[in-house]
Amino acid sequence: MPVYLVALWGKYVCYALLALSIDLIWGYCGILSLGHGAFFALGGYAMGMYLMRQIGSRGVYGNPILPDFMVFLNYKALPWYWYGFDHFWFAAIMILLAPGLLAFCFGWLAFRSRVTGVYLSIITQAMTYALLLAFFRNDFGFGGNNGLTDFKDILGFNVQAQGTRLVLFSVSCIALALGFFICRAVITSKFGKVLVAIRDAESRTRFLGYRVENYKLFVFVLSACMAGVAGALYVPQVGIINPGEFAPASSIEAVIWVAVGGRGTLTGAALGALVVNYGKTYFTSGFLAPYWLFLLGALFVAVTQLLPRGIVGTWRYYMSKRREQQAADDAEAAVPPAPPPSATSLLARPAE
Amino acid sequence: MADQKTTSAMLYINGVSVSFDGFRALNNLSFSVEPGEMRAIIGPNGAGKTTMMDGVTGKTRPDTGEVVFDGGVHDLTSLDETQIAELGIGRKFQKPTVFDMHTVDDNLRLALKADRRTRGTLFWKDSSEERDRLDIILKTIRLTPSRAAVAGSLSHGQKQWLEIGMLLAQEPKLMLIDEPVAGMTDAETKQTADLLREINRDRTIVVVEHDMTFVRDLGVRVICLHEGSVLAEGTIDQVSENERVVEVYLGR
Ligand SMILES: Nc1ncnc2c1ncn2[C@@H]1O[C@H](COP(=O)(O)OP(=O)(O)O)[C@@H](O)[C@H]1O
Ligand SMILES: [Mg+2]
Repeated sequence: MPVYLVALWGKYVCYALLALSIDLIWGYCGILSLGHGAFFALGGYAMGMYLMRQIGSRGVYGNPILPDFMVFLNYKALPWYWYGFDHFWFAAIMILLAPGLLAFCFGWLAFRSRVTGVYLSIITQAMTYALLLAFFRNDFGFGGNNGLTDFKDILGFNVQAQGTRLVLFSVSCIALALGFFICRAVITSKFGKVLVAIRDAESRTRFLGYRVENYKLFVFVLSACMAGVAGALYVPQVGIINPGEFAPASSIEAVIWVAVGGRGTLTGAALGALVVNYGKTYFTSGFLAPYWLFLLGALFVAVTQLLPRGIVGTWRYYMSKRREQQAADDAEAAVPPAPPPSATSLLARPAE
Repeated sequence: MADQKTTSAMLYINGVSVSFDGFRALNNLSFSVEPGEMRAIIGPNGAGKTTMMDGVTGKTRPDTGEVVFDGGVHDLTSLDETQIAELGIGRKFQKPTVFDMHTVDDNLRLALKADRRTRGTLFWKDSSEERDRLDIILKTIRLTPSRAAVAGSLSHGQKQWLEIGMLLAQEPKLMLIDEPVAGMTDAETKQTADLLREINRDRTIVVVEHDMTFVRDLGVRVICLHEGSVLAEGTIDQVSENERVVEVYLGR
């Protein structure tokens, strides 16, 4: 596989992990976050800060402590929130902690005041937009408009080297698989059944004695941490992180991947991310490039109208219908007379 | 707060009023239900029966009055839905609300009395006692053959029964049941009356129902609500002979 393809697919795999994290809350708990790009970007920035500190005195200005953009902006000392990022373990913790903490604070407020549905979606957009504006500022300390870039090493290995790229790609695949198994474990547990119950009848779940806000909060934070890891793996592979990742449109795009692949089917979410992004690369490199956003919009409309279950959802639906038909045919062949009416068939009579 | 020592009632409702934009759905409503009792509540549409249940279960907060549970130990007006459910009040809704995408089994499993905390459900393992309880409940509500079916595919009557089963699974001290036989055939209605009487052997029940034959079948003390307060109280015969009740029902 050529180097550029490794980097490209590595990027897609990170997107697939982001899609998985969105599907966990949207597909299984009905929380439509249109701001998940924020958690992805925060994880990315945490990784970017580590990579910046690894540059050391090899920067243009040769300052051993301060990254180039700080020298350029006349910083005299490293801001306190950059402390610790020269250690990989610290950055790794922050990759989980920064998105997790934001999700916790946001979720704690939103879910306790029972903000749901489209209102919740709107405030998630507001959240990522607010962060976009903050990270654009030069005095915020994260490189402003240009973000963090010109990375050299990760854990002592050259980020540009083919070997490093292959390892990063493999680690992304492992992270995706791990994310998949964590999501699976969550949704197949009794906890996951409560999530689906909340998705389908939230108030009924409360009357059964479940603390709905705690369930939502837990799964929201878990999802944000997963998105953070996806962002962290994305950054060394694309070589840059800038405030553009916080753009509300990016978060909406990620939701479209999930819808295309199939909401509430984990494999569908991942597949949707891969397919749509492959299509994006394909189209944006040709004469259709200026129309990509229209195409994406049309794709979303087409999927929600014609294929509301998404690719994998439709496939599963079709297969289960076929199995049912098969079973019915078999039963008919094996037992020719209809079963005699029983006490229970009384209950089966459709009510007015 | 009422004098907490003086009430022995399972549910004690005193002077409760609830208004929606100036319209009084409950108007100084007072009654009480003793432990082990089954009480039927009748009344024309819009009398406030469902609103009364909303007030008890925390869905609606009364403007005034007190709602006291379990011998005066708990004041329900300051608690939310989850806390009230945890204390031991279960509710069946007027419009049957079950989890359509879950199987009948899973609906009951979610309702079974167990650790409701996130940590508890995340690492939950079904026990054999739990499975036995599930089997018994399924048998009681006659849904054993449909246990693997998704609840959304059940008929209206079956959903009513499933919801009653979920109530049973919760093992509450007090059950509030809103119009359980709506949409049922006569035979099913009769079975439901039998079932409620059976459940009443060890639980306190408040049941709202229009169907007079059903209420008569239950053979319990009846309250007639009208415009948010108690119009008459007594046996079904006493209540249905009450002049004002006749007026309310026939006058419409
Ligand atoms: N959430 C609400 N907002 C406004 N009006 C309501 C609300 N809930 C109930 N009501 C009104 O309160 C009255 C009592 O309703 P309800 O308790 O459902 O009656 P019942 O169950 O006895 O048929 C009705 O007139 C109804 O329109
Ligand atoms: Mg009602």
